[in-house]
Amino acid sequence: MAGSIRIRATLTGDVAEVKALMRHPMETGQRKDSAGNKIPAHFITEVKATSGDKTVLQAHWGAAVSQNPFLSFRIKGAKAGDTVKVQWLDNKGQTGAGEATVK
Amino acid sequence: MKRSRRSFLKLAGTAVALSMVPLKLLADFVRPKEAMAATDFDGVFASLGNAQDSDKIMLETPDIAENGAVVPVAVTSSIAGTSKIYIVVEKNPNPLAAAFMIPEGSEAFVQTRVKVAQTCPIYAVVEAGGKLYKTGRETKVTLGGCGG
Repeated sequence: MAGSIRIRATLTGDVAEVKALMRHPMETGQRKDSAGNKIPAHFITEVKATSGDKTVLQAHWGAAVSQNPFLSFRIKGAKAGDTVKVQWLDNKGQTGAGEATVK
Repeated sequence: MKRSRRSFLKLAGTAVALSMVPLKLLADFVRPKEAMAATDFDGVFASLGNAQDSDKIMLETPDIAENGAVVPVAVTSSIAGTSKIYIVVEKNPNPLAAAFMIPEGSEAFVQTRVKVAQTCPIYAVVEAGGKLYKTGRETKVTLGGCGG
């Protein structure tokens, strides 16, 4: 699922602030549809962010993270032109990724 | 007929077994499964360990959230050696919403949005040097985060 994450990385001094918006339903498994059937859980369980070959953030998520999750974090010692990649994995085994260049 | 049924079952069995192998993105950060599955606030801390209150964690949450499905949460820790940040929503069905691992070289800061089922305190739990610290803030929710 290319393009499932929109990322922006802005440099202030030597700190890059990364903002990522992932497209995902984040279904908790506790909601019911109009017919009263349970909607199966479908949510991102793991997130990993890398810059070059360095891991800059890792996360385990539960279903309580909002739909179309937003994530922001800061990398120290960054410089313009660095690439930041964010990947996710959900409970159905689907994955998504996105990449941005630090500006 | 019998044979083909058997081979189908065998195939199906293999498929099920394969799909049960958990996929993994993170090799070195183990999912806090028990804490994630805990259904009450105390259960989370029973699994993670006890956290002491700290004023070195800055937790930014709205005082009143109109929509409990999208509540912005920002955590900044000024505790030296912060390695993990957890976001815990006290009255959610599974209070532990997210666990972050902050490697060296990243600031002890994360911001995300979580669902909050009902008015309750949201906690930021920080792990530094093997110890846990926490800070909480009450957030009023006018519309619950579970929808439907």
